[in-house]
This record gives sequence, C-alpha cells and structure tokens, in this order.
Amino acid sequence: MARDLYNRKIQQIKDEILLLGSMVEQATLDSVTAFKHRDLDAARTIIEDDQAINDKRFAIENAIMILFATQQPLAHDLRLLSAMLLISNELERMGDYAKGVAHNAIRLGISDIPVPIRDIEKMAELGVSMLHRSLSAFVNESMEVAAKIPEEDDLVDGLFNKSYRSIVNVMVSNPTMIDDASFLLWVVHNLERFADRTVNICERTLFIVSGEMMEMDVSDDELPEEVDE
Amino acid sequence: MIAKEMEIKTKATEMRSNLVRRKRIGNFFLILLIIATLIGLLMLLILIIDIAIKGADWISPQLFTNYHSRKPEKAGMKSAIVGSVIVMGLTGLFSFPIGVGAALYLEEYSKKNALTRFINININNLAGVPSIVYGMLGLVVFGRMFGVFSADSWLVSTFNLPVGETALGGLEFDLFGLSFLHLKFPFGRSLLAGALTMTLLILPVVIISSREAIRAVPNSIRLASYGLGATKWQTISRQVLPIAMPGILTGIILALSRAIGETAPLIIMGAFTYVPFLPESVWDQFTVMPIQIYNWITLPQEDYRIHLAAAGILVLLAVLLSFNAIAVFLRKKLEIKW
Amino acid sequence: MEQNNFRTKIGVQNFNLHYGEFQALRDVNISIPENQITSIIGPSGCGKSTFLRSFNRMNELIPTVKTKGEITLDKININELDPVELRKIVGMVFQRPNPFPKSIFDNIAFGPRIHGVKNKEVLSGIVEKSLRQAALWDEVKDNLNKSGLALSGGQQQRLCIARALAVEPEVILMDEPASALDPVATLKIEDLIQQLKEKYTIVIVTHNMQQAARASDFTLFFNMAEDRAGYLVESGNTVKIFTNPKKELTEQYISGRFG
Repeated sequence: MARDLYNRKIQQIKDEILLLGSMVEQATLDSVTAFKHRDLDAARTIIEDDQAINDKRFAIENAIMILFATQQPLAHDLRLLSAMLLISNELERMGDYAKGVAHNAIRLGISDIPVPIRDIEKMAELGVSMLHRSLSAFVNESMEVAAKIPEEDDLVDGLFNKSYRSIVNVMVSNPTMIDDASFLLWVVHNLERFADRTVNICERTLFIVSGEMMEMDVSDDELPEEVDE
Repeated sequence: MIAKEMEIKTKATEMRSNLVRRKRIGNFFLILLIIATLIGLLMLLILIIDIAIKGADWISPQLFTNYHSRKPEKAGMKSAIVGSVIVMGLTGLFSFPIGVGAALYLEEYSKKNALTRFINININNLAGVPSIVYGMLGLVVFGRMFGVFSADSWLVSTFNLPVGETALGGLEFDLFGLSFLHLKFPFGRSLLAGALTMTLLILPVVIISSREAIRAVPNSIRLASYGLGATKWQTISRQVLPIAMPGILTGIILALSRAIGETAPLIIMGAFTYVPFLPESVWDQFTVMPIQIYNWITLPQEDYRIHLAAAGILVLLAVLLSFNAIAVFLRKKLEIKW
Repeated sequence: MEQNNFRTKIGVQNFNLHYGEFQALRDVNISIPENQITSIIGPSGCGKSTFLRSFNRMNELIPTVKTKGEITLDKININELDPVELRKIVGMVFQRPNPFPKSIFDNIAFGPRIHGVKNKEVLSGIVEKSLRQAALWDEVKDNLNKSGLALSGGQQQRLCIARALAVEPEVILMDEPASALDPVATLKIEDLIQQLKEKYTIVIVTHNMQQAARASDFTLFFNMAEDRAGYLVESGNTVKIFTNPKKELTEQYISGRFG
C-alpha cells in the first residue's frame, strides 16, 4: 500500500488525540468529584497533572507540523491534519477548565456556601459524554453523529442558566458570600464552556468529511432562562 | 563463536583468491588485445617502410612537372595528378547535391512503408557492388549513351540529328549558341564521363553517410522548429541541414578519398594510360594517379616497376592523408558541442 | 465548470485520439479558460502530453495519428487553420530545454525570421522584449552572441520560453517545463509563468503535484482506463481540487495513494 509510513504516522496522531481526550475526560470527572468532596489533595494532583495534558498537546502539534513539512498532505489528509491541530487545542483548553474547577475547589476550601452540586455533576457528565462521543465521531468520520451532538449543548446551557440563577440568588441574599459565590460561578462557567468546545470538535469533524466549515448554532451569550428541574 | 569466526575467515580468503584470479584473466585479455592492435600497426608500418625505401629517393620535382616518358629519369605524373584532382573535384560537385538531396528525401519526407524499405535495401546493396561494374555502367550510360548518337541509331534518324561522319557519330553543338556551353554527346572518354562514373560509384556511400548525419540531428530540434510555426522546408534548410553538415561533409570527403584510388572503373570507361597533355575542358581525355601507377608497374624496367611506382604510391598516399586531414579538421571545426 | 469568470480560450468537444489501433484519449470535454494557468495532472501514460500536443496539432507529425471530435481556439476549429499558422498562435515549450545550436540572438530571432521579419532593428527589439518577458534579459544582455547551449539548464529553458514568446502567441503550452531543472530554477520558472498569465493563456502538463498546486489556477486530472485510454476524471479550480476534490479517484491520486 502506498505511503505506508505516512498512513501510520497519521494513525498515531489520531490515537494520541483519543488519548488526550480520555485524559481530559478523566481530569474533568475527577475535578468535579474533588470539588464535591472538597478533597484538596486530589485537587492539587489534578492541577499538577494538567502539565501532562499540555505536553501531549504540544507533542501532537509538533507531529502534525512535521507531517506538513515532510509529506505535503493534500485534500482529505490536509483537512484531517489541520483539524487535528485545532482539536488538540480545544482539548487542551478543556483540560484547563478541569484545572480551573480544581483550583476553585481549593479556593472554596471549607466554605459552607450552598452548592447546586447535582446540576454541576450533571453538567460534567453531559459534557464528558458529549466529548467522548464527539471523539468517536471524529475517529469514525461519522457526519450523522457529529451533526447530532451539538443539540445536547442546549441541555448543558439550560443547566448553566439554572445554576447561574441560584448562585446569583445566594449572592444577593448573602453578600458576605460573594467571593465564594464567584468561585462557584467560575466552576459552572467552565463546565458550560467545556460543552461548547465539544461542539467545536464536531464542527471540525464535519469539515474533515465534507470540506465545509459550518457553524453549529451555539448560543452562550443568551439571557439565562428559567429551566424547571 | 569460534566456528562463526572460522566461517568468516574462510569466506574472506575465498574472496581474496578469487580477486587475484579475476585480475589475471583481465590482464591476459588485455595483452591479447594489444597484440591484435600491434599486428595491424605492424602491417601498416611494413607497408609504408617498404614503399618509402623503394620510392623516397625518386620523389623529385620532375614527378610533378613532367609527363610520362620513355626515360625513367624524366618520367613524371603531372597529367595523372591533375586528372585525379579534376575528377575528384567534379565527382564531389555532382555527388553532393544528388546524394544529400536523396538522403534528405529519404529521411525527412518519405513515408516508412514497404517501398521505402525496398529502396533502402537496394541503396545498401549498391554500396557493395564491385567498382568495376560501375565502370561498365559508366561506359554504357555516359561514355556511349547506349549508342543513340551513332550514325545509324533510331534517335538520329527520327530527329535527323547532325551527327559526325564516323560510325561512332556523336553530336556536338553550342547550347543557346554560347561557345562556352559547347556540348558533346555522348560523353565518350572524357573527364566528364569519368567524373559521372565515379559519382555513381560513391553515391550510395554518400547517401548512406548523409542519412546517418541527418538522422543524428536530435529530433527535439525539429520539434522546437515546428512548434514555432516553421514549415517542413524551413526546418530542414535552417536547422537540420546546418547541423548535419559536418557529418555530411566528412562522409563525402571520406568517400572521395576512397574513390581517388579506384582504377578499374576508370579504365573500363575509357581513361587513358598515356596522356601527355593537361586537359583543358571537361570534354578532354584524361588519366588518374592509380592508372599511372598501374601502368608503371607493368613496365619491365625496374626503375618504373619498383621505384617510380613506389614514388607514385607515396604521392597518392600523401593526397589521401591530406583528404582525411581535411575531413578531420572540418569535423572538429564545425562540430556542435551539445 | 468553475471558470465562470473567464472566457473560454480553447474548447474541447468529444475529443478522441488514436495512434493506429490504440486509443490514447477518450471523449474529452473541457474548456480552457483565457489568461489563466491550467495544469494537467495524472499518472504516467494517461495521455496528458498527447492531449497537450493536440492543441497545436503537433501530434500530426506522427503518421499513424487519427482524431475525432473538435478542438476550437476562440471558437474556430483548429483543423480549419493551417498548422503552421496555428503554431504561431499556440506556442510550445518542451520538457528538456532544446535551444538551437545557435547564438542566443539567433535562437530567439528564428521564429520571427521564418515568419518574414528581416529588419535587423525590429529583430533586436523583439529579442530584447522576449528576453525581458522571460526574465532572462539581465543575465544575457551583454552576451547575445554566446551559444544558447552554453547556458545553464534553467537559463536554457527560459531561453526556450523567450523563443516561444518571440512569435507573439496567444497560448503557451508547456510539457513538464521544469522537470529537468533543479529546484531553484524550477521556482524561477513558476514565478515566470505567474507573470506571463497576464498576457497569455497557459496550459502546463506536470507530474509534480506540488507544482500544479503552487503554480496553476485550474486543474485537469486525467487517468488511464483499463484499456490504457486516457480520460478526464475531474476538473476544477486548483484550490478546490487540492483541498476537497469531488471524485474518490482524484483524492487518491492527489494523496499519493494510487494503485
């Protein structure tokens, strides 16, 4: 088969992306757990482990640059490699969100501010599930799956709005807790952005297959809505 | 471990001894080739030395200024030298346009089919026909012109041509009334007939070598020329021919240098052996160097048979060498460095 | 066809070509846009060069060639023109530089001379203009009597381009013009072609994918069928073909995953 080495290198990079994705998924779930139990040691570990995520992202970028220079990829290969550059970037940012949640867990410390933990856990579960399936769609180049996942972002947005509302209410009724409340806001904000970025990953997958860049409708600037549980 | 080492060692010595044997075989064949060359050189040297010994003393101004005479001391080959030069000159003049023209047609214009293949085979065969046959051809076609100009021929009776009184007849007149365009038919035993005969002789070789020279012109040149919108003739006259010219010229000169030594065809078509005058026109009788030499060899006196003949051969060889030198010079001068 | 903004310079309708019994090209239909660089790519033996040579009827120099279908230049069927006239309008540059064994001046003046230009001054003017257009003037202007063969490979090819330009063509055909040159000379030629497209329509055959991607506006991809006849697989804007081709075959060829 022609270009054996080239094909294997592309496959290797794909594998690394999947690996990076699972590192991010794990970090996110772990950070929410650490946050829930205020496990400060676990939180610190997560923050340290973010370095591994950054390193892997750079390694992936580097490998892709090398292929650009040495193999002159065209057409599908070109789209795939340039998409993977962007996906690795998205994943790294998502890793940063997980790190942020861990940071805020430490900042909150032993605060007794009421936390909408159920919603937060749900947001994390949804986000990680979306990421997992987005990466599968990416690997299988499945346009159908990649096109459907962005719809689920609405659910995450809804949960965000709800949490936002309740945290603002706490701020209003307990001004002494404003600092702690703002840390909470960061946490839910990170998880909402996490889900947005999985949508970006789906857009990239659609680009790889069709050659067209399409914006999947993602509204993160809308006014918060009341969502019933 | 040890077994492996031994294996490697034996392999190494095997290879080395093979090398010595291979070199020996190479050297052996080199020596054989050198011997082969030396044999050829030796023969040539013996020939030249032998001739030089026999004839060198007899090379004197007389050789070039005198005609053949009964006294060896006074004998020379003036008429033969002049005859050779004029015949070769005319032969070159005639064979160039005809030979190159035919070569151009065959290489550039004719389609490659059974007919052209047939023509090619025949031209190649003609190059191998014994020269004496060309002599007979020359005699019949140019010398006697099939006898159509004899007094009792059908041509003469039909057109009432004013032929001469003898049985041979012969038609003489001035073309367009101009005295320097005085024509004689048939050509008889003249320089013209001789030159034409020699032209026929070398024509196949000229055609073949010209074709080679034309074929050697890279096709990319033709393509470039056509690509610019040149016609076929423009491409041939402005690109192909100039590039092929060194090869063509070399071919003709070499063909002439062989023809200069031809005796039989000229004897057959009627060149004389004793010509005590210089020809003044192409219609005059003539002789050539090889015939003069042959004549001397047949005389009983040693001075003719051995010495003058050898001297004549030396002169002939000198002319031959200079022809070849000119050919080499021209080739070098006009050669294209791609 | 995506050359909507450009006039068609050469039109090809149902073009077929046979060498004797062997079909070299089958049912080609395409429009070559004016003042653009069109590249023809495809595997060896797919008929790219044969197709190119059909535009200036150089194929007719081979006796067994037969064609069917129509090729038009500015809507005129090229078979109705005298090939000699056609080749003045459609010039050609070959794969291996083939300057004549004459001086640089005579190389370029050859074209105008055979078309009747005799005046020395006019010829000098044409020679200078052509050499300037071919980006070679500065390198040779003091040495026009030097033999064309004494130039480097890249210079020789630019000389051949100047030679083709001297007869003032409208279309320039190039058959792998840089394949015999080193990378630096190749890039110079590509730059030159970019400049030339302003005034000329250029069609170039290349087996170098990157060159086609770098240097052309419009790309034709030819392939060889099972019976070894060449056919047009896909055509379109170069960028589109190289980032998102329509046909799977094109994708495979471009990515080097052919066969």
